[in-house]
Amino acid sequence: MASIVLSNVDKIYAGGVKAVNDLNLEIKDGEFMVLVGPSGCGKSTALRMIAGLEDISGGEIAIGEKVVNHLPPKDRDIAMVFQNYALYPHMTVEENLAFGLKLRKMPKPEIQKRVNEAAKMLGLDQYLKRKPAALSGGQRQRVAMGRAIVREPQAFLMDEPLSNLDAKLRVSMRASLNTLHERLGVTTVYVTHDQVEAMTLGDRVCVLRDGLLQQVDTPQNLFDKPVNLFVAGFMGSPSMNFVTADLVRTDGGGAAVTFADISLPVPESTFTEKAGLDAYIGKQLILGIRPSDFEDAAAANGHSGTTGWARIPARAEVTEELGSEINVLFLIDAPPVEHKDTVAAKDADEDEETIPLAGDKSLWTSRVNARSHVRPGQNIELIVDTHNLHFFDSVSGLAIGHPANAGR
Amino acid sequence: MMATATVERTVANSAGAPKRGVLGRVIDRLGGGFLQALLIVVALFWLMPTLGLLIVSIRGETFNNSSGWWTAFTQPAQLTLANYSDLLATGFTSSFWNTIAITVPATLLVIGIAAMAGYAFAWIEFPGRDAVFLVVVALLVVPIQIALIPIAKLYGSLNIFGSIPGVVLFHVAFGLPFAIFLLRNFFAGIPKELLEAARMDGAGEWKIFATVVFPLAKPAIASLGIFQFLWVWNDLLVALVFADTDNQPMTKALQSQMRQFGTNVDILAPGAFLSLIIPLVLFFAFQRYFVQGMMAGSVK
Repeated sequence: MASIVLSNVDKIYAGGVKAVNDLNLEIKDGEFMVLVGPSGCGKSTALRMIAGLEDISGGEIAIGEKVVNHLPPKDRDIAMVFQNYALYPHMTVEENLAFGLKLRKMPKPEIQKRVNEAAKMLGLDQYLKRKPAALSGGQRQRVAMGRAIVREPQAFLMDEPLSNLDAKLRVSMRASLNTLHERLGVTTVYVTHDQVEAMTLGDRVCVLRDGLLQQVDTPQNLFDKPVNLFVAGFMGSPSMNFVTADLVRTDGGGAAVTFADISLPVPESTFTEKAGLDAYIGKQLILGIRPSDFEDAAAANGHSGTTGWARIPARAEVTEELGSEINVLFLIDAPPVEHKDTVAAKDADEDEETIPLAGDKSLWTSRVNARSHVRPGQNIELIVDTHNLHFFDSVSGLAIGHPANAGR
Repeated sequence: MMATATVERTVANSAGAPKRGVLGRVIDRLGGGFLQALLIVVALFWLMPTLGLLIVSIRGETFNNSSGWWTAFTQPAQLTLANYSDLLATGFTSSFWNTIAITVPATLLVIGIAAMAGYAFAWIEFPGRDAVFLVVVALLVVPIQIALIPIAKLYGSLNIFGSIPGVVLFHVAFGLPFAIFLLRNFFAGIPKELLEAARMDGAGEWKIFATVVFPLAKPAIASLGIFQFLWVWNDLLVALVFADTDNQPMTKALQSQMRQFGTNVDILAPGAFLSLIIPLVLFFAFQRYFVQGMMAGSVK
């Protein structure tokens, strides 16, 4: 096991495309680090550079304090799981697992022992004599994992290993991956474009965009304190609602954020949490509200009336019933935020279908309790948790008051 | 309700019918048995000359000169193995061994060199790779005939004119462009991740070539081997130019038995049949490698 440190790493392809731009990332020993971002953000390239499958154009990569820039993959002592598994079709499962060990001239009994252990761990015992063609997708995926495990390498690299599985299997494999990491404790770098996978698997998640590092943090911190509009829009599903709003002082001495014909009070505690927010009073900024910070006033008996919850009247345009919750889509009488960051984050999220029917209004999503029983076309009163409002600079897109943005 | 269902079904049928091939409909009409019979007749028709050759080769000389080979069916007494023993007595065996000595190395060398070159062209980055590959492909159009005289001169100065190595070298040189072209394209179709996985597993280029690419390319290599073997085995032109009498292969030995008036068919027939049977055996022996779906299960 080892830490992996990337210092000022660049990747410039022939033709001048900068796939990875000055990437600094420290992956601690035993950590599960997820690289996430929309396609073309450089996450796979970064992983392949760690693996040694791509040359490094600039900077330095160290595995376990040893600079590996010019080492071929076989001398880096790392194992990789590929998106399409890349099993050797002419070898049995057993031979697939043993291949890397044989090449390293390991004694036969030791190979046998490791292969059997890994096969048992992954439930592949009875398939050892089969060829990959005779396995199901999930089994092939496990063989690919097993091939990495038997090596007992310094680190695992995984390039979207679950994306070829069907949805249900993906969820169960996700859980197995978690247990596996718990048990083996091997440093893991995991690439995915699926932010749910990133949130559920990562000790820390690294969000990339256009080859630039956006934010590295724990999943909860990414969700609660996104560093900019892009991270805010990319992490979380359904994604955060944005609107251009004005921050004003109210007559009562408190602060409020106003947009369309709605005014949400901003608690004083927010100003202490977000240093520099008071400088925006009287100015425009971009307000972000997570769908999960809404609730149906009628259904949420406990919250209504308590401080910190503001009311927004809305008309449900579309409802998506998920069983435990309902996504209520409603229109806000304000033009959609067309910041480059929100656009990029939206494009990236493949699940999100853009609804062109909103005109110059913004289509917002709120996630309310299923008790609400709201129907399309119905008018409802939503309450908003004003403690969880997110504020972004309308020009730079940076989160106001985020420690990482201080001085930027 | 019933009526609509029937109508729908008819519509579905008529819409579906044109999609199926003409052959499929013919089979439906006539039944599979008829088609099989037809195919057998065609196959027999194609086999006729070979069958004739076989029978001629085992009939006595006098019978061959006086009546057609099919009379052997009614008069089995005509059959004898004397032609074959006569053939062996003429020293034909040495030309048989010459053919082997030319064909086997010419085939193995082409496969070996082309596999390595194909791997390099497909998977190793080096400056000018694509340009060199283009030149190799361009060499495919060079006709053998224009090279005969220059290479004969070259062989003369190298003192290999008339020898078996000379003939082998010529076959290898002219077999390589196509072989490299074929194998390079086949190798390039192997998923990149397989090679990368092997690289991660600790394999160098040689190991990847020997343990991953070569086994996966068996179908392509088997087909290439068969073709190359047949070309060299059946070659007459190169042998006529470059092999002297001591080193002549069967094709040239048989050709020298041709006479302007009449033929000594009792020598030609068994010789021709012998030269035909070896590639046939080889083809059936390697047939099992012509299987599809070697890549199944590797990716996805």
